[in-house]
Amino acid sequence: MNANRPWWRPDGFTVYAVIYLTFIYLPVLFLPLFSFNKSKYIAFPLKGFTLQWYQKMINTPDLLEALMNSVKVGVAVAILSTMFGLLAAKAVTRYRIPGRGAVMGFIMVPLVIPGIILAISLLILISQLDIPLSLWTVGFAHMLLCTPFAMLVLISRMEGFDRCLEEAALDLGENAWMTFWRVTFPIVLPGIVASLLLTFTISFDEFVLAFFLTSTDPTLPIYIWSSLRFPTKIPAVLALGASIFVISFFVVAFAEWFRRRGVKTDSTSGF
Amino acid sequence: MSRSATSSKTVGLAIRRRFLASEALRGFSLLSPTLLAMVFGLAMPLLVLFTLSFWLQDYVDFIKTFSWKNYSDFFAKPIYGMILIKSIKISGMVTLATVLLAYPMAYFIAFRIKANKLVWLILITVPFWTSYLLRVFAWKVMLGYNGVVNSGLKSIGLISEPLEFLLYNPTAVTLTLAHAWAAFAILPIYVSLEKIDRSLLEAARDLGENAFMTFVRVTLPLSMPGVIAASLLVFIPTVGDYVTPSLVGGPSGIMIGNIIQSMFGKAFNWPLGAAISVMVMLTVTAMVCVFLWGTHRFRRRVA
Amino acid sequence: MSDAIISFQGVSKHFGSVKAVEDASFDIQRGEFFSLLGPSGCGKTTLLRMVAGFEIPSAGEIMIDGQPMSATPPNHRPVNMVFQNYAIFPHLDVRNNIAFGMRKAGLTRAELDKRIDEALELIKLPGYGKRGAEELSGGQRQRVALARALIKQPKVLLLDEPLGALDKKLREQMQIELRQLQQQIGITFLFVTHDQEEALTLSDRIAVMSEGAVIEIASPAQLYESPGSRFVADFIGSMNFFEGEVTSSTGNTMTVQTGALGTVSVSDSRAQMTSGQKAWVAIRPEKMQPVFSDPGTGINTVTGTMGPSAYLGDRSHFYVHLPQREEPALVALQNLERSMNHLHKPNQTVWLQWTSDAVVVLPRD
Repeated sequence: MNANRPWWRPDGFTVYAVIYLTFIYLPVLFLPLFSFNKSKYIAFPLKGFTLQWYQKMINTPDLLEALMNSVKVGVAVAILSTMFGLLAAKAVTRYRIPGRGAVMGFIMVPLVIPGIILAISLLILISQLDIPLSLWTVGFAHMLLCTPFAMLVLISRMEGFDRCLEEAALDLGENAWMTFWRVTFPIVLPGIVASLLLTFTISFDEFVLAFFLTSTDPTLPIYIWSSLRFPTKIPAVLALGASIFVISFFVVAFAEWFRRRGVKTDSTSGF
Repeated sequence: MSRSATSSKTVGLAIRRRFLASEALRGFSLLSPTLLAMVFGLAMPLLVLFTLSFWLQDYVDFIKTFSWKNYSDFFAKPIYGMILIKSIKISGMVTLATVLLAYPMAYFIAFRIKANKLVWLILITVPFWTSYLLRVFAWKVMLGYNGVVNSGLKSIGLISEPLEFLLYNPTAVTLTLAHAWAAFAILPIYVSLEKIDRSLLEAARDLGENAFMTFVRVTLPLSMPGVIAASLLVFIPTVGDYVTPSLVGGPSGIMIGNIIQSMFGKAFNWPLGAAISVMVMLTVTAMVCVFLWGTHRFRRRVA
Repeated sequence: MSDAIISFQGVSKHFGSVKAVEDASFDIQRGEFFSLLGPSGCGKTTLLRMVAGFEIPSAGEIMIDGQPMSATPPNHRPVNMVFQNYAIFPHLDVRNNIAFGMRKAGLTRAELDKRIDEALELIKLPGYGKRGAEELSGGQRQRVALARALIKQPKVLLLDEPLGALDKKLREQMQIELRQLQQQIGITFLFVTHDQEEALTLSDRIAVMSEGAVIEIASPAQLYESPGSRFVADFIGSMNFFEGEVTSSTGNTMTVQTGALGTVSVSDSRAQMTSGQKAWVAIRPEKMQPVFSDPGTGINTVTGTMGPSAYLGDRSHFYVHLPQREEPALVALQNLERSMNHLHKPNQTVWLQWTSDAVVVLPRD
């Protein structure tokens, strides 16, 4: 912001920024508000402060089970898609590959295809192959969606460091595998952490693919979706939403701290 | 014996040399797990979808003979086409709104914020850590019968009865989507603005352009890749969205995603659903091509 | 029998349709300081990277100490490299950078520590072991990169323009140190540079490259004093070229008739040419002695008028317009006395003289 201006006379851009932030924050902030509201109806006027919905959240086995399912799928998806993303990122940044653009474009397709179409395509294939729907099928679909994100994050990290470092390790007698562990991995680590967090978050929040590809084990968004039809279940869902929000805040803060540590070693490669 | 051992060793060396010599070979072997997964999970399903769109539903089975019937149904019943067009209109509006609203914000962060840009970027993305479903639901809370807007207006005495036209219509869908996808527009635009070499702007000023014309002739064209990425990232997924219309759209706010979903649910006609999906993909691809062609021309004209 | 440590045998490298290196065949002797010199894009770095194993020849074979290398990956080759930007691992300190390649050396902790200390001593950075990579200056990074490679005791040390990133003073100092280091440890150095002065200063032998081909391999003095082609004569140092034709030739003494210089007599010519052949007569700027009064002799002398001049501190450059030649000749004069500058004035008549062994004759086609 402009340092020469007193805060009570902001310029147009600052005013706009404040209005914009209000627009994106306002609706979302009402959710935690209602999670502390004594009434079970999500409507004004407010009826007083309570923590009963948080208690109810902890005491709803279905909800906790859905949460566990989402965490399981999310962790598996994060690890797999980051691995796939890392392999692809290394291949496209370190080797002259014919048709590089086409290969990258193909991997990016899940980003530019409406989710529902990817979902039903997978549903049709899976049913034609007589594979039973389960959390595995959800995980597979999420992996498809998350791999391009992982690849993008890791490509930018790979491009940020000099390939000479890997060549130097080879030159000093290390094989490809040890070069990866002793040089590539420590330098790309902040990118890997970022990719794990991002892909976990995407999988954790993904609804459409999970909706079509799961059977009896709901993920958290599926549970939320089914709860939205039952007004009595909503306050506990809001409590859960608020809790997840607070947890993600700390996770992101940690990730940022970690990334900044990465940046310090980063500046030294310098090229 | 020793001769065959030597010759097999030479063959081994030759293969090894060939492998080391070909970057493409090494690159693709590194890529192969990812590519294999994507072929199995992306190319094959889309192929199957396309095939299914030419089959017919017969109770729980498919009639696996080639037929145009699903496509002729699509064109025969105007409801599908109308809803597809409406979906595209809504997504177009959403894209326009998110990009137009996001641009000044991205510009503000890229050019006006000197320190702590990251704090601002996090500030922008924080609301999107809540579940997508809950974010959409939040607009029901905002616009509903006893929602924030109605209670607020009532308490200051502007209205005596809640306004019912706020929720369950295409406008509510547009507003909700524009809110839900805001971060997807800001980040690519911000990145492209941030990449612009500041000395280019100084050069434009030095060559006699004022601040506004510098923006039009330098900043805007150079940030177009970000604008295009943002537009596509918002437009394509929202065309197929069915969560938002089901929650806040009401009967008049139905989008093509709802139709596809019902074909795989209550209506239970997978082949027709597949045909509609193919039509959606074709339409969206055509729109994207027109859009890319148009922006390409725009960039050449301005520059 | 020659003692070749590296032998290039018809080595070519193509990137698609680009021919980066074309049919290179030559040997590098054990213990030599050998430079690959050429303008950027001439293929010298590709040749070096093929020795290191980062590129594999499209055709031909590279032998290192008698072993063919094409099927050997970089980590199994007995050579080590100092990278252009040094490639110091940013996540490791100086000690760990130097120790990086010693993991499989089978040394005890104490032995390794001793070796690292010796290496730090060798590069004159004792006590820097705990420094992080980001705390090093350009010159220090270069020394660490050297130590990291040398501790492996490679048969050949490969250096890819290692001094390019340093400023002029530091570069000159590092040149001397590098040369001393090589003589001290006796390892073969294969050095890539585009800086001809650097190559002349450091090398035992230089291979001059252009557009993927090795043009000439010779000692620095021979390259400078009697280059074998017009390209080399032009690329190394400055050179005045005059068109002419050989009129008589006996052994390595000949006379060449030129338009601008008249009759030029040449002794000690490397090129053996016959009477009637078209030739270039080439003379270095510092070998044309300007005289400001008529010397009275017509042999190896030409008369001209002073053109623009440039004062370079230790010497002055000036251009002399010659009759029958569009391009002025470049003449360099050592400023042996402080007052020498006033000797020459624009448009003044000047006589240029040279000795017959200063002239290089090259075939012209």
